[in-house]
Amino acid sequence: MDKFTTHTGIGVPLRRSNVDTDQIIPAVYLKRVTRDGFEDGLFSAWRNDPSFVLNQPAYAGGSVLVAGPDFGTGSSREHAVWALQNYGFRVVISPRFADIFRGNSGKAGLLAAQVDEKVVQRLWDLIEAEPGTQVTVDLESRTVRAGSGPDAVEDSFDIDDYTRWRLLEGLDDIGITLSHEEDIVSYEAGRPAWKPATIRA
Amino acid sequence: MGRTLSEKVWDEHVVRSTPGEPDLLYIDLHLIHEVTSPQAFDGLRLSGRTVRRPDLTLATEDHNVPTLDWDKPIADPVSRTQVETLRRNAEEFGVRLHPLGDVEQGIVHVVGPQLGLTQPGMTIVCGDSHTSTHGAFGAIAFGIGTSEVEHVLATQTLPQAKPKTMAVTVNGSLPAGVTAKDLVLTLIAHTGTGGGQGYIVEYRGQAIEELSMEGRMTVCNMSIEWGAKAGLIAPDETTFAYIEGRPEAPKGADWDAAVAHWRSLRTDDDAVFDKEIVLDAGEMTPFVTWGTNPGQGVPLGASVPSPEDFDDDQDRIAAEKALQYMGLEAGTPLREVKVDTVFVGSCTNGRIEDLRLAAEIIKGRKVDPDTRLLVVPGSVRVRMQAQDEGLDVIFKEAGAEWRGAGCSMCLGMNPDTLEPGERSASTSNRNFEGRQGKGGRTHLVSVPVAAATAVRGTLSSPADLEPVPAGAN
Ligand code: SF4
Repeated sequence: MDKFTTHTGIGVPLRRSNVDTDQIIPAVYLKRVTRDGFEDGLFSAWRNDPSFVLNQPAYAGGSVLVAGPDFGTGSSREHAVWALQNYGFRVVISPRFADIFRGNSGKAGLLAAQVDEKVVQRLWDLIEAEPGTQVTVDLESRTVRAGSGPDAVEDSFDIDDYTRWRLLEGLDDIGITLSHEEDIVSYEAGRPAWKPATIRA
Repeated sequence: MGRTLSEKVWDEHVVRSTPGEPDLLYIDLHLIHEVTSPQAFDGLRLSGRTVRRPDLTLATEDHNVPTLDWDKPIADPVSRTQVETLRRNAEEFGVRLHPLGDVEQGIVHVVGPQLGLTQPGMTIVCGDSHTSTHGAFGAIAFGIGTSEVEHVLATQTLPQAKPKTMAVTVNGSLPAGVTAKDLVLTLIAHTGTGGGQGYIVEYRGQAIEELSMEGRMTVCNMSIEWGAKAGLIAPDETTFAYIEGRPEAPKGADWDAAVAHWRSLRTDDDAVFDKEIVLDAGEMTPFVTWGTNPGQGVPLGASVPSPEDFDDDQDRIAAEKALQYMGLEAGTPLREVKVDTVFVGSCTNGRIEDLRLAAEIIKGRKVDPDTRLLVVPGSVRVRMQAQDEGLDVIFKEAGAEWRGAGCSMCLGMNPDTLEPGERSASTSNRNFEGRQGKGGRTHLVSVPVAAATAVRGTLSSPADLEPVPAGAN
């Protein structure tokens, strides 16, 4: 995984709450067996609407999605994270993420930055007033910044320490766990014999 | 201080605990299906890793398989590739697989309990959010993403931050005709879709204890719909009776040892939950959703709400959007809402008890001529059991479609989908926009409401039906 320290890109306002994973990418797009090519399915139902934010040229090339609360609810499909990444998003900002979505983002290298609801509101106002506005998300200092002058936004965001550390270092989770192989082996030695197995010796 | 049930199960699975880091949890059972696993197996291949414990891993095909002509090659080439990829991966890595056509094939969350693999006190994961279903047995069970699937395949463990604990106590008994589904839909409307976020929830109280294992699975299944990490229920005699004698249940002395341990899996009297919710089962009624998330529900006897009924801005906007998408007018009695398709199935309500309940209501009646009823058993075993009991005949005589096992119209990944604008009453768990097909409109309902709706053609409960004429069937 690539290291993530700071990212600056065009902010895209998604004025919706409860954006579930079936909206992010409907099930019919989940049939690929690779991790790429999911950008076509991203918000596919909404993209038929010419006024949908991703269809507006001012936000073309956007990489920081600013969404309402309860983003990523529903399915565990990591394809939702891949679809956002395949499309070009590096960061999603929301007041509240569903747990599995946030976990998946951390593993796949998409930054899920949780901010106060008021911050989302101010970011929406700012980037809608001036489409194309750049948003900077600094993982080192956990801050989000956008605009200048009286309407400028500068605030902190939440992300758990462990995920932040892994993203900053670009670390592979499995590698970390396998370095604790001895602990796993000793745990296995103590498991009761009556625990079920799918294949019997 | 005492510990809660979930804390006990958690503590038993900690492989490694270091301050400032998530706990490393051992995983007792890893369930796999065709949609969320191919990239994980690819990851293993790329890094030269193997499956650490194939003997704690089980795969089946459920999400995108057809429920008609399942003995022929899958028509859609992309679906076929995904299923064939799972078969290749299972073969290469030595994982037990129940493919289409196998007698143990079915929805992964129906198959685990049915084989007796789902047992109290376990940790169970699957690349599917409704893994919470297995919590009905007193297990910690939750859905994971594909990167985590790869992690579990490679290490049989998962780093997890310890969630907070919550108790949902449901006092009293459910009135006749009110089911576990109504209970959980009522709960979600009460908490909202984010209400359980960050918690492992223990469902308890008289109404929960009185539920069958099927009913408990329905409740735990929908834990994710209010954002909970997992939901579980303390194991008791009902649990042990369900497991005993199943193919993978412990036998002989192992059974005694297992049950002795399972009996210790209860929340201590002096344990403290981080949060508690108390509900009264006696007040519950058949409950249906009107919107596009499972929290947007009301009693069947109510009318479609108006956006003005909501104080919170976000809720009001969400209600406006939902009503528009659903094609509903505020103030319309839900009983007058006309339904095109009724879907009985899914890991929420696709077990034998659900099919029996539906058949009991359908028996001697006919499906409304403008309505289609699709009955999709959760597994091949459920299908065979239902056929042994003659339920398939009851459904077919009423004009319903009797299908093969799988997820089917729950997520519309196979050919079973709604047309744009088509309205369904569905026993599944999600009413998201487009969930059952692009532009499709979903009302989540219990099995009795689904069956009665199929007969009347509008959202209904069995109490709304004319009595079956004497002598019919
Ligand atoms: S039946 Fe529906 S909810 Fe259950 S596993 Fe299948 S797709 Fe998921």
